[in-house]
Amino acid sequence: MGRIDDIFALARDENRKLLMPFVCAGSPIPGSLGALLGAMERAGAGIVEVGIPFSDPIADGPAIASAMHAALESGCSPAGVFDEVAAARQGLSIGIVAMVSVSIVSAMGGPQAFCQRAHEAGFDGLIIPDCPLEESAALIDAARAHGLSLSLLVSPSTPPERAREIASASTGFVYMLARSGITGERDQAPEIGPRVRELRESTDRPIACGFGIATAEHVRAVVEHADAAIVGSALVRRWRDAHEQGADAVEVGERFVRELASGLHAGAGA
Amino acid sequence: MSDTPDTTQTPVPNARPLSAMPDEHGRFGEFGGVYVPETLVSALRELSEIYAQVQQDRQFWDRLSGLLRSYVGRPTSLFKAEGLTRQARENAPSRERGATIWLKREDLAHTGAHKINNTMGQGLLTRKMGKRRIIAETGAGQHGVASATAAAALGLECDVYMGSEDVRRQHLNVVRMKMLGARVIPVDSGSRTLKDATNEAMRDWMGSVEHTHYILGSVVGPHPFPMIVRDFQSIIGRETKAQCLRLLGALPSAVVACVGGGSNAAGIFSAFVDDEEVKLFGVEAGGRSGKPGDHAAPLTLGAPGVLHGSRSYVLQDDAGQTSPVHSVSAGLDYPGVGPEHAHWKDVHRVTYSSVTDEQALDAFLLCARAEGIIPALETAHALSDGLRIASEMDRDEHLVICLSGRGDKDVEEVDRLIGDKIEPLRARRPRQRTRDKKKKQATGGENGSSPRTDEHHPPSDPGRADQGQSDAQ
Repeated sequence: MGRIDDIFALARDENRKLLMPFVCAGSPIPGSLGALLGAMERAGAGIVEVGIPFSDPIADGPAIASAMHAALESGCSPAGVFDEVAAARQGLSIGIVAMVSVSIVSAMGGPQAFCQRAHEAGFDGLIIPDCPLEESAALIDAARAHGLSLSLLVSPSTPPERAREIASASTGFVYMLARSGITGERDQAPEIGPRVRELRESTDRPIACGFGIATAEHVRAVVEHADAAIVGSALVRRWRDAHEQGADAVEVGERFVRELASGLHAGAGA
Repeated sequence: MSDTPDTTQTPVPNARPLSAMPDEHGRFGEFGGVYVPETLVSALRELSEIYAQVQQDRQFWDRLSGLLRSYVGRPTSLFKAEGLTRQARENAPSRERGATIWLKREDLAHTGAHKINNTMGQGLLTRKMGKRRIIAETGAGQHGVASATAAAALGLECDVYMGSEDVRRQHLNVVRMKMLGARVIPVDSGSRTLKDATNEAMRDWMGSVEHTHYILGSVVGPHPFPMIVRDFQSIIGRETKAQCLRLLGALPSAVVACVGGGSNAAGIFSAFVDDEEVKLFGVEAGGRSGKPGDHAAPLTLGAPGVLHGSRSYVLQDDAGQTSPVHSVSAGLDYPGVGPEHAHWKDVHRVTYSSVTDEQALDAFLLCARAEGIIPALETAHALSDGLRIASEMDRDEHLVICLSGRGDKDVEEVDRLIGDKIEPLRARRPRQRTRDKKKKQATGGENGSSPRTDEHHPPSDPGRADQGQSDAQ
């Protein structure tokens, strides 16, 4: 059992749901990843998804894509992200999962070499959003060999039979996309109840749900069904705005994650 | 769907003949595949299924053939390029060398390039799927114009993504798309060119896939696009083959095409890949130099990697970030290439090379003056290397260059780059000299270096301008 399994198992035992904030490495300030991870742990995150910047992130909307481009321009590299995570890992108990393009995995020596480096840096799992089930065999083996979870994605357009195969190939948790399209904030909470119920019939893997989740209210709606809520663009945008306005981005982010985490508790918030 | 005769005793070390690629997983050897977000997987499957269904659908292909004939203007001619042939012979190391050069005239297709072959085919597929809207990415604007044209002809809504840098550089085509009723959406992210337009089109498609079809413009992207685009472009190769057999009584010794994503090359090569006696040459954009960022030549200077949904040769750094690219030609200005080309390279079926911006510009002018054809800058790359290759071949051999598009879109850019160095032809070929030369010829003297005049072509010369026109595929 890896750390991701342990975290979900403990939460299940205690009847808790998890918040999974997303942070784009190298954003809003180069070298700030360790500080942001610490802030998110303090604010109540269970697992943090660390996006490794990529030049062509086709599944990401403007907030995350522009954060990635800015991070790359300021010199952020996968090797640098590994170093930052390695430095921060010791003092943290949260799970840390890398969100990384298959292009990067492929260029950095392929699945085995990449998984080894990710594991050595202190990552607990991987999400590879542009690598669907059909192309995942080597990654599944490599992740298992290096003790990393590998969460495949299920979309609203995924037929039920295929969703079952994806869930059974995933380790750690299944990443359920709340909507089609790309990452980005939306006004409405997603309707995921029926899809989660259907998937639960065939898997006991934890289900984390992301895409378009932007408020504590959305978090509440999501964790009513799923085991975890993933929040990305809304947080990335706040960090960027705070940084641009000269505010303390780490603190602004911490406050927002705390507010989001309030949605984990029934009856809290508005 | 190829009507190529089955001559598949292939010498290439592969279980599967090259013409029978890709396999059921969308693989061309180790290349290709489907590296896309899960949201697109079902759309790509739907596309694969529809495409498999229409293979048996007589009506579909009849409708497409009809449109290609009466709307696009196919078949395009195969033209014997005597001026270019003469130039190749002048450059040849000996009198035994210098093959005859033929041009497959895709510039004569409606909208001025081969791109329309694919957009009409995918436009009909869109109708077949019951979708009402198409999206497309474009660099130079040729695929955008071809998509806008197909949309207008087939009654579809059309949005075209175009890097804001290309919107500025290719103003004429932006205006054409607007006139045709399409919406041009400038893309401001990343390098603001073709790669970023492709990202944005994919993002659109992830949210609109229920009612929208994405018409990819080249043999790139996730399966089944590299196969579908190649198949719709294979009409170039099938026509060329039939025309060669009719005009020459034999297959050509060599076929040359430019390669950006590689759709015109895949289209013309596909008819010949199983004919081992036909040498195939793909020509990439060598840009300013071989340094990273100065060129767009992934097959010659890149390495295997994943970009835009498939595994192929790409230009990226060792951390997988896509490299900046440069080419004088906006249509070749792309860091990836079709996975089938990657496979053809690795099994040594096609020889890939690159020519520089400067060489392409020279070939652009040479073609204009020697043949009276202003080629696209993309095509000029193929012309440049085609001339070199022809000059090294035997004199009785024949070489076909795919003239993938015409160059009207490029004249302003070429004028900006080298306009002040372009001399009028007259100044280089005074009447005095022409008369001298005729005198020389009458006395058996060697032909000079000046471009041809009509006197050099007896009317009985086979394969002149109009010869290919009547060839059906």
